[in-house]
Amino acid sequence: MSKRIDVKDLNVYYGDFLAVEDVSINIEAKSVTAFIGPSGCGKSTFLRTLNRMHEVIPGARVEGEVLLDGDNLYGPGVDPVTVRSQIGMVFQRPNPFPTMSIRDNVLAGVKLNNKKISKGEADVLVERSLKGANLWNEVKDRLEKPGSGLSGGQQQRLCIARAIAVEPQVILMDEPCSALDPISTLAIEDLINELKDQYTVVIVTHNMQQAARVSDRTAFFNIAGTGKPGKLIEYGDTHTIFSNPVQKATEDYVSGRFG
Amino acid sequence: MTATPLTSTQGAGRAGDKVFSGATLAAGCLILAVLFGVALFLVVQAIPALTAPADKIQGGQGFFAYIWPIVIGTLIAAAIALVIATPIAIGVALFISHFAPRGLASGLGYVVDLLAAIPSVVYGAWGAAFLAKEISPAYGWLAANMGWLPIFQGPASTTGKTILTAGIVLAVMVLPIITSLSREIFLQTPKLHEEAALALGATRWEMIKMAVLPFARPGIISAVMLGLGRALGETMAVALVLSSGALTASLIQSGNQTIAAEIALNFPEASGLKVSTLIAAGLVLFIITLAVNMIARWVITRHKEFSGAN
Repeated sequence: MSKRIDVKDLNVYYGDFLAVEDVSINIEAKSVTAFIGPSGCGKSTFLRTLNRMHEVIPGARVEGEVLLDGDNLYGPGVDPVTVRSQIGMVFQRPNPFPTMSIRDNVLAGVKLNNKKISKGEADVLVERSLKGANLWNEVKDRLEKPGSGLSGGQQQRLCIARAIAVEPQVILMDEPCSALDPISTLAIEDLINELKDQYTVVIVTHNMQQAARVSDRTAFFNIAGTGKPGKLIEYGDTHTIFSNPVQKATEDYVSGRFG
Repeated sequence: MTATPLTSTQGAGRAGDKVFSGATLAAGCLILAVLFGVALFLVVQAIPALTAPADKIQGGQGFFAYIWPIVIGTLIAAAIALVIATPIAIGVALFISHFAPRGLASGLGYVVDLLAAIPSVVYGAWGAAFLAKEISPAYGWLAANMGWLPIFQGPASTTGKTILTAGIVLAVMVLPIITSLSREIFLQTPKLHEEAALALGATRWEMIKMAVLPFARPGIISAVMLGLGRALGETMAVALVLSSGALTASLIQSGNQTIAAEIALNFPEASGLKVSTLIAAGLVLFIITLAVNMIARWVITRHKEFSGAN
């Protein structure tokens, strides 16, 4: 239930502006890959191109290939809706649907893809997804209450439950802990460690300790200056990136000398 | 550096605060006073009609017998207007906010706002002189083919000056109100929720069903209620379009009357008890509008827990 992603020579544009230049990267299945780098280096933009969420912004487009187990996401006739149902996403700020109950939030994606689901199946799925997101024990008695009544960390785990309920191949996380307190962050990090048994996880983070704690491989993105495109500087095992990077810029960044 | 004493109550900031809070309080009280004044006027002026013996009231059967057909007529006309206008308005608003390319969207929004600027007498003249004539063949068809429904019972009016025509004209008039308010609400849908839906693999329409419409629901209700307020109170267009008469179930025969048009048509020549009968009718319209607004508020607050405001 997880696939690898291979990106070949990807350029991302906003209109005429080149935002991310020439990225090639191989993301392994059933592993956690972290993207780190200073603000504005294009790591979030690049993450969004992995499930075509960048297309929400008018004028955004890409050149190059993103292969999900060999299938090009940008091939002719590929529907972004199908891509997104296979590559889920968790956002920077928790965004459960405020008008839905906790239960309906978990089922939101499932009901899109598979309209007819019996109540029994739905119950099983809700429990499995919430357990998978380490949230079941906290909410099992109030599944019919609104998701917006939960704490920030719980809301974010609810969003993860919602994402895994559709059984995606890959889960993308765009700074999932940046709006959370340290204890909630720890809960999410534990969860990421468990998720990689089943899913391919890609996480963007500003927190280098977090990248070091949760990821197997780390990609460092950087930008030469304002108005210049972001680039992938170095990619390798997390241990290597943090202890013995090849590039000077990577070493400066991970040791806190800039950014 | 000298420390500022904490107990100081002087300074321009304090005075400004007081003036401002006084001004807002006065404005708030003024609204209440005006509303109370209008209500008081209506009640006082209506009392003679409400207490007069039945045979003195127009129709000779008392105020209640006089008022209820035009209350029903008012509600029918407003209901027709909302049934036609609401889906179109929501559709147009969604098109402008989520489907149209940016250039087209702003142009279209401007045109819709322009519709609201047309005076109601112009709509009335258009309805009476053009729409009624053009639409009467359709009424003939409805009477012939769907006449078994009481609301389409024949014989259809040949002039087309029916409550259905009046309702259609009202629909055109409330359309811009509902459209522009709904559009504003749709545009305020948090990007976060739209992206949440899209990232789950929702199509654009599914995203609208999941994120936009639930978020906008209270706003849509408010917009519809504002439209309803206009439809209930609209006078000139109905007075010009409708060939009024006794209450009938059929929407395509001449007949029926609305409160506002009844007041406008009869007030200039009224005197004595007739004036207070008409003002009592106005009081009834005021109460209906008030009730509609309160029901709308109740509907909105009923789902507060799920509104996203918490």
